[in-house]
Amino acid sequence: MTVRLHSRPRLHFGLRAPRGQAIRDWLRPVMLLARREVRDQLRDWRILTPLVVLTLFFPLLANFTARRMVAYMERFNAVLIAERLFPFLLLVVGFFPVSISLVVALESFAGERERGTIEPLLAAPLTDAQLYLGKLLAVLFLPLLGSYLGLGSYTLTMMLRAGWRPDPLLLFVVWLLSTVQALVMVSGAVVVSTQATSVRGANLLASTIIIPIALLLQWESLLIFWRQFEILWTVVAGLLVVSVLLVRMGLAHFSREGLLGRDLDLLDVRWMARTYWQALTGGASSLRAWYRGPLRESLRALRGPALLAALLALLAFVVGAWLVQPYPWPEVDLTPERLERLRGTVALQGLPAALQIQNPWGIWWHNVRAMLLMALLGVLSFGVVGLFYLMLPFGILGAGMVLAQRTLHLAPWWYLLGFVLPHGSVEIPAIVLFGGATLRLGAALATPARGKTLGAFWLQALGEWSRVIVGLVLPLLLLAALLEAYVAPRVAQWVLLHVVIGGGG
Amino acid sequence: MNEWGILAQGLGKQFDGFWAVRQVDLHVPYGEVLALLGPNGAGKTTTLRMLTAVLTPTRGRAWVAGYSVRHHPQRVRAAVGVLTEQHGLYKRMTAVEYLRFFGQLYDLDAARLQRQVDKWLQFFDLWPLRERRIGGYSKGMRQKLALARALLHEPRVLLLDEPTSAMDPASAHRVRAAIRELRSADRAIVVCTHNLTEAEQIADRIAILHRGRIALVGTPADLKARLGEPEFEVVLARPLNGTLPDLPPLVQVTRVGTDRFRFRWARGASQRLNPLLLRGLLTQGWPVVALAPVPRSLEQVYLEVVGHDGASA
Repeated sequence: MTVRLHSRPRLHFGLRAPRGQAIRDWLRPVMLLARREVRDQLRDWRILTPLVVLTLFFPLLANFTARRMVAYMERFNAVLIAERLFPFLLLVVGFFPVSISLVVALESFAGERERGTIEPLLAAPLTDAQLYLGKLLAVLFLPLLGSYLGLGSYTLTMMLRAGWRPDPLLLFVVWLLSTVQALVMVSGAVVVSTQATSVRGANLLASTIIIPIALLLQWESLLIFWRQFEILWTVVAGLLVVSVLLVRMGLAHFSREGLLGRDLDLLDVRWMARTYWQALTGGASSLRAWYRGPLRESLRALRGPALLAALLALLAFVVGAWLVQPYPWPEVDLTPERLERLRGTVALQGLPAALQIQNPWGIWWHNVRAMLLMALLGVLSFGVVGLFYLMLPFGILGAGMVLAQRTLHLAPWWYLLGFVLPHGSVEIPAIVLFGGATLRLGAALATPARGKTLGAFWLQALGEWSRVIVGLVLPLLLLAALLEAYVAPRVAQWVLLHVVIGGGG
Repeated sequence: MNEWGILAQGLGKQFDGFWAVRQVDLHVPYGEVLALLGPNGAGKTTTLRMLTAVLTPTRGRAWVAGYSVRHHPQRVRAAVGVLTEQHGLYKRMTAVEYLRFFGQLYDLDAARLQRQVDKWLQFFDLWPLRERRIGGYSKGMRQKLALARALLHEPRVLLLDEPTSAMDPASAHRVRAAIRELRSADRAIVVCTHNLTEAEQIADRIAILHRGRIALVGTPADLKARLGEPEFEVVLARPLNGTLPDLPPLVQVTRVGTDRFRFRWARGASQRLNPLLLRGLLTQGWPVVALAPVPRSLEQVYLEVVGHDGASA
């Protein structure tokens, strides 16, 4: 007999897109899988009990707490604080059932693997994406349902018993927040579950999700107490992007082989060091061969990300310049007497303290620290946050250019030639290279690993990133620091004396 | 390629630098049951997983039910029925729910699914327990249910990994009988097993996998023939007391016991000379109770191929 395949149409994330009936056909096994899992969860009292308690009991407890708190605060005429407690507890009530999703999601693949039930599924005619999405939907369904029920019952009881009249937009944004938080947690936990070899391993790795989410919740609570509800929309958008990236990452690194092949979660430091070293050296026999071979190869692969980093830097420069345009900056009153005095000061005493010669090693180390922080943020955010950090100094430079023009009548080219390019001609390429490499490193997590484990793939990416950093960025930054310490101040002094004070601009 | 249920050429699989399977060349036509024998770690399960398109081969090619495991893994998975080493049953489901779930994954329409579920539950004597949770099933029942799952979509290629492992003799017997019944002209079956008797009972051909390579393939009779000329045993009614009868020069004595001895005919001679030998012994006054061939076991062949390192299997 012939069995129809579910594989031809593919749904998402750069894969072929199905249409109409094809979408339904493609989704059918996804829904089948999800339905089975949900039914299984409904038969497991260990999942049901906390879910029911958190969904039904906790909203009532929150309701009681809120009303008692208001009554208490009223005695001190601090009703405002108590009122802010209502939306805060709404957030908490929405989050608690969602927290269960983490437990269920962490064992979605690792648990099936441990119980030996995964192989028949892997041998069924399902694509990786169908299998992955089926699991994802299944672990999302009950906790989200619990969250919505909790939100509903809390809101309703607060309206009826405490006379709370919440802003519908606030309700909507908290509802959205609960949904995207669940999405982020579940998609992150499913990634962990596919990579761990046991439920225990997955639970140990869960801190990578719990800690950021706990910090996020604290921040969201602060926003609610400060009544900065608009910022919550930004949080929703950000979390949505993160959850999409996490799903993309999960799909990219989902491997039937990995699920069946790995047996132990061992920390093999030797293997890690070897893999990293091989990726860093690229098998080159000498430094010269390394520069000519592996490093050049990495640079070639970096063309796209570096171009993107350069464009973003340029964009940040333009945006920085544009943002300060509307502000009425006062012009510096450069009367002939003041100019003469300034000329004397600059000629005799040199530049103002901020522009004086500094220790080049200090400059270099400062830049290296900033970039390492950017790399860390980049890795944690698939390269995205790292780029924002890259854009910041360029935005300041753009703003500085406009300010110099407005206040000192300094033409943009003099500003660039005198204050930016003497060391920037070396530092800017280094920053762009670094930005591109970091973007590539961050994006590696969401890139299909082609038969490699996530760890091996990431170590390879880290090795290639290190090639660019060690071979180019750090030396360029050192050169830039020397220029910034010994050349840039003299050029700046010359521009101040001859262009700004001398009227050359 | 279409006459072959399975055709594998130079199949190999490497994990982190270790070759789990080095070189597997197999062909299993429809209508044949092939037993894949081998010690632990020989690569049986990895081979099966490659043939199921769950693992991608590192090298080599394979076609299962006419589809390439490398290029059409989905079609391969749809065409084969797999009994995995661990039965992989969901304990909170009933047998009917479980089979329906998998039947739907294999895209069987409702009417056919119902027929197939009923058919296989009855075939494996699970019908009376169909509404009981799988968690309450015995090992044998679970294995039969897993087999029913593998057969639900009537696959033309059936891959069975250790189908009777950890089963009591009665259950194992029932499962073996079921496999024999499943043999048909348009179905190719591969059974991975440690159990040599089982292999001999159910397989048309046997392949011995050792250290990731197919070391030997043939019918059970072919494999036994590898042990050389048949051996015969003469049992006497009195002890030999260290004295052997006068035997023709073509007789090579292989073992001597208290009241018996074993021999082989030298190359060129044949067992058709046994009556002459018997007459000679009787003439010399030896009270012969029996002269019979020594049964040759597959185990001997197996041990000869895998050596002592595989003897634990």
